[in-house]
Amino acid sequence: MTAALRFDPIRLPPKCEALRKEVRAFLAEEIAGGTFNPFKPNREDIDVPEFCRKVGERGWIGMTWPKKYGGHERSFLERYVVTEEMRVANAPTRRFFVADRQSGPILLKYAPEHIKMDILPRICRGELCFAIGMSEPNSGSDLFAAKTRATRTDGGYLVNGTKIWTSSAHIADYMIALFRTSPPTKENRRHGLTQFLVKMKQPGIQVNPIGQITGQFEFNEVVFTDYFVPDDHLLGEIDGAWKQATSELAYERSGPERFLETYYVLTELVRAVGDKPDTRSAEGIGRLVAQLHTMRRMSVSVAGMLQAGKEPVVEASIVKDIGTVWEQQLPHRVRDLAAFVEETATNRETLERQLDFAIKTAPKLTIQGGTTEVLRGIIARGLGLR
Amino acid sequence: MAESENIVVATAEKIFADLADAQTINHDKKGAWKAPLWNALSEAGLPLSWVDEELGGSGANLADGFAVLGAAGRFAIAVPLAETMLAGWLLSQARIASPEGEMTVAPATPKDRITVNADGTLSGRARGVPFAKEAKHIAALASGANGMSIALVKADDVRIEPGLNLANDHNDIVSFDKVRPVAAKPAPKGFDQTTLMLMGGVVRSLQIAGALESMLDISVRYSNERVAFEKKISKFQAVQHNLARLAGESAAALAAATSAADAIASVPSFNDDAVFLEAASAKIRCSEAAEKGGGIAHQVHGAIGFTIEHILHRYSLRALAWRDDFGSESYWAVELGKRVAARGADELWPLVASR
Ligand SMILES: Cc1cc2nc3c(=O)[nH]c(=O)nc-3n(C[C@H](O)[C@H](O)[C@H](O)COP(=O)(O)OP(=O)(O)OC[C@H]3O[C@@H](n4cnc5c(N)ncnc54)[C@H](O)[C@@H]3O)c2cc1C
Repeated sequence: MTAALRFDPIRLPPKCEALRKEVRAFLAEEIAGGTFNPFKPNREDIDVPEFCRKVGERGWIGMTWPKKYGGHERSFLERYVVTEEMRVANAPTRRFFVADRQSGPILLKYAPEHIKMDILPRICRGELCFAIGMSEPNSGSDLFAAKTRATRTDGGYLVNGTKIWTSSAHIADYMIALFRTSPPTKENRRHGLTQFLVKMKQPGIQVNPIGQITGQFEFNEVVFTDYFVPDDHLLGEIDGAWKQATSELAYERSGPERFLETYYVLTELVRAVGDKPDTRSAEGIGRLVAQLHTMRRMSVSVAGMLQAGKEPVVEASIVKDIGTVWEQQLPHRVRDLAAFVEETATNRETLERQLDFAIKTAPKLTIQGGTTEVLRGIIARGLGLR
Repeated sequence: MAESENIVVATAEKIFADLADAQTINHDKKGAWKAPLWNALSEAGLPLSWVDEELGGSGANLADGFAVLGAAGRFAIAVPLAETMLAGWLLSQARIASPEGEMTVAPATPKDRITVNADGTLSGRARGVPFAKEAKHIAALASGANGMSIALVKADDVRIEPGLNLANDHNDIVSFDKVRPVAAKPAPKGFDQTTLMLMGGVVRSLQIAGALESMLDISVRYSNERVAFEKKISKFQAVQHNLARLAGESAAALAAATSAADAIASVPSFNDDAVFLEAASAKIRCSEAAEKGGGIAHQVHGAIGFTIEHILHRYSLRALAWRDDFGSESYWAVELGKRVAARGADELWPLVASR
């Protein structure tokens, strides 16, 4: 085979099922207690620090990390279960999820010991929110065009420039950012970027909110003016961030959050059509469920590869490509299928409200975390075409 | 091709590589390749993989047999290996010994019915029966006053109206006109026509997934050879993206089919919503992948892939044809959708997550 793409039928072990029950019970309790409303995806109360602390207490943040940093030394498959249950319930995980998925693992790998001891346990307790500072006004897909500079000074670096589209920067405690420490070389235009840990809410950082078409404010512009980063906040190799980037991609790109963001409209469609759907609705639902099931099996399979210590970058990109295209089309398909549902169906109104929001959400799904076009480029490379 | 560590699968792959080379078969208009291939498969005991030794078979487990079928799909072979394996499996359910030679199963579509008459003969009509014309025996699933039975019928005793599928493989109408079976026994409890269709559907899913793997393989290779505008076409971003999508469809088909096969091999019960989800989803998703993926493979090949001389059609048309056997994707989608609706909205996620 040119491309030995393997998606072995990994099954979640029994202890995952026990954990799943625990998570469901916890979420049911939080919903009953009014912490969040799973039927209001566009809720204003998306940022719920109290909820994060409770999730931390349960041991569901930093699950796979070493105990000495507050982690729980559990498997990727167990983490997988927690992530999908949270997603499906529309739980407000935004505050801790980036740190759990991405920032924590970067710190584990590249931060000095005293920083790890200081920060990781607080992430695990659900106390810290992280932002990702990669994109800049002229550097999105082409990350290596980033210009924000970190210039050497006594005991650290001075940062000047602007990051953009930074999700959650307005509530974040830290950001892991890419800054330019030297110009690209002729041989390697990826050279010259360095990863830093940035403490937010400090002098020299200005966070400006940017509204989104959904009516939410998640994006921000982050402006750095002579912002000081101490030496021990440098992560990994100077000028070598590009080498550090690839292995993280598989974590970022294959999880259940990559196909479940608009899932709630499918549940509500099933509710609206009732227990005896007409042929058209039944067929539509059947196909959507078959597609969902297939993606989930692929995604679990990639989680199994990660658990086995592999770096399935191409497989993960395939899951994200298919998954995000699917979650993007889902609300439109559901809208089609709901067209003939009785006006008086019990949850018709809920469904419509949710559809409005999901349809507005849809355009971003194939952009965030790497666009479809960029992913297909990575897959093509994996196929030996570039 | 994937080199298998499993001895049964490795044997099958070696036979396919030696005797089922797509190019050779494509050039051989008279079908001289068929007998040697079938003989080699039979000598290796592969057609009766799923039949216990005491019933005349080689007693491989379900998982090994499924893996053989994935390999058969990668070669898109056009001899009734899958059909004979399915027939042997069906007969084994009622502990009926399998005869030698090519077999097939009936019915092959969900809506056709074969019935057992009071005198033990069989009546009914089954459409779209693969390779009936080439089979010596037919394993039939029939319903009667006493429930479901499984019967072994001589092909000479039924009426066959020959037909061809999209890929020109035999796909016939079989009429049972008070046919007396060679053997007939009650089906095990709970075994019904849906069981046979689901099993057949998973078999076809594996074959489709295998064919897509090969389509990806030859498409990537072709794009690295064909030069246009002074470049290999693989260097055009639009072509790369098409191939990336083909890789996605191929991967999705493979994941769905192998997951369903694994589900059946480890939970040998079909009266279970989770196994139904797996098997029906595999047939739905693989059929969709055949359409989307096959379309891309042809696009990448340009006109040459549309010629009868080129091997692409051996994979693409078969993958498309297999969509129709043992329930089309539309059929299974309706059935799956009905089940999901009957369980209720809040039971959908628990069902999906149970796999
Ligand atoms: C909801 C959301 C949240 C986000 N959160 C963050 C965050 O927290 N932190 C952060 O750093 N960034 C974040 N981003 C930014 C995101 O990573 C970028 O939007 C993305 O990488 C694309 O960059 P761009 O927007 O500059 O588009 P561009 O790079 O300008 O792309 C525009 C179009 O051109 C295509 N294109 C560009 N280059 C190529 C190429 N070589 N080949 C083919 N097509 C190409 C793209 O695929 C796209 O279709 C977020 C984005 C969204 C939508």
